[in-house]
Amino acid sequence: MQRINQGGGSSTDEERLRSLLALGLAGDEAAYHAFLTGLGERLRAFLRRRLTRAPEEVEDLLQEILLAVHNQRHSYERSQPLTAWLHAIAKYKLIDCLRRRSRRELLQDSLDDVPELLASADREASEARRDLAKLLQTLPPRQRLPIECVKLQGLSVAEAAQHLRMSESAVKVGVHRGLKALAAKIRDTA
Amino acid sequence: MKTDELIAMLAQGAGPVARGIAARRVVIALALAFPPTLLLMQALYGVRATLLQDAVLWMFWAKLAFVVAVAGAGWAAVLRLGRPGAALERLRLALVAPVLAMWLLAVVELVRAAQGGRAALVLGQTWLECPFRIAILSVPAFVALLWAMRDFAPTRLRLAGATAGLCAGGVGALAYTFHCPELAAAFLGVWYVLGMLIPAVVGAWLGPRVLRW
Repeated sequence: MQRINQGGGSSTDEERLRSLLALGLAGDEAAYHAFLTGLGERLRAFLRRRLTRAPEEVEDLLQEILLAVHNQRHSYERSQPLTAWLHAIAKYKLIDCLRRRSRRELLQDSLDDVPELLASADREASEARRDLAKLLQTLPPRQRLPIECVKLQGLSVAEAAQHLRMSESAVKVGVHRGLKALAAKIRDTA
Repeated sequence: MKTDELIAMLAQGAGPVARGIAARRVVIALALAFPPTLLLMQALYGVRATLLQDAVLWMFWAKLAFVVAVAGAGWAAVLRLGRPGAALERLRLALVAPVLAMWLLAVVELVRAAQGGRAALVLGQTWLECPFRIAILSVPAFVALLWAMRDFAPTRLRLAGATAGLCAGGVGALAYTFHCPELAAAFLGVWYVLGMLIPAVVGAWLGPRVLRW
C-alpha cells in the first residue's frame, strides 16, 4: 500500500519536474531554476538515505550531481522518462564517488530503486565541504571570466563579450567548457 | 558555495538547448572520418581491379549490406548509450542480427559445398591479413567517434567504448570491401567479424579511461 502511494507521489513529481525541465531547455530560466531546486531537494533526500554512514559527503555529492545534470542536459531526450535519466546520472556519480574514495561500505542500500529517486524531498541543506567558488578560481581566465560575468554577475552574453573584449561565441564556449572543467576538477581532486 | 548559490549560478543565463546536438556530432564525426579511411585503404591496399565485375554478384551486395548493418547498429548503440538511462533491449538484436544472418548464409554455403572445398571457403586467400587490415582501417572512425562521444554522457563506459569500436570496425570493413576479393559467407562470418571485434575490444578497454565525465 505504501509503495503505491509513494509511486503515485513520485509520478506527479516527475511530471512537474519534467515540464519544468522542458521549459528550461527551451530557454525559460525561471523554470530551469525551479527544476534544479526541486531536483536538489529530492536528490538530497535520496543521497541521505544512501549515505547514512557518511552524511558529510551528501552535500558535496549533491552539488557534483547537479553540475553533471546541468552539463549533460542536452543528453535528455524529451520523450524519455525523466526519472530514468536522472537516476542513471545520479547512480553514475554516486558509484564514481564511492570508487574514488574506495569506501564502498558506505553504501547501505541497493542503487537500483529507480522510482524512489523522486519519492521524497529534503530542504535542509548541510554545509558542503568542498567550496566550488574556490575551485572556480583555479580555472584559466578564458573560462573563469565568462563564468563570473554571465553566471555570477548576471550579465547577458553580449554584455559579457563587450566587457571582456571577447566574441559572444567565445564567451558561450568559455562558460560551457569552464563548467565541464569544473566537473573534471571535482572528479580529479576529490 | 552553498547548493542554492550553485543552482542560481547554473540557472543564470542557461539559455535554450538545441535538440539533437550529440547525434549531429556523431554524423559529422563519421562523415569526416570516411574520406581519410578510403584514402588509407587506397594507400595501403588499393581498390581491386575486379570491383566492377563483382558488382553483378548478389554476394557482393550481401557483404556490403552486412558491414553497413554492423556499422549502423553500432552507430545506433553509440547514440543510445550516450544518453543516461536509455533502454537498450532492441539494440542487442540489431547488433547480433547481421552476424547471425551471415552465419546462416555460411552454414548453407558450407553444407552445399563439396567435401574438399569447405576449408577453402572459410580461409579464402587472405584470412591471415584480413582482420588486421579491417582493424587498421577502423582507426579514423574510431578516433572520430571517441571525440564525438566526449560530448555525450555515457554511464556504461565499457559498453559505450565497445560499441564505438564496433561501429568503427563496420566503417573500416566497409572501406576494406573496395580492396578485399573475398565473397564467401563463411569467410566473412569469421574473419570480418573478427576484424570488427578487434576495435570493439580495444574500445571496451579504452572506454572507462577516455569517456569519463
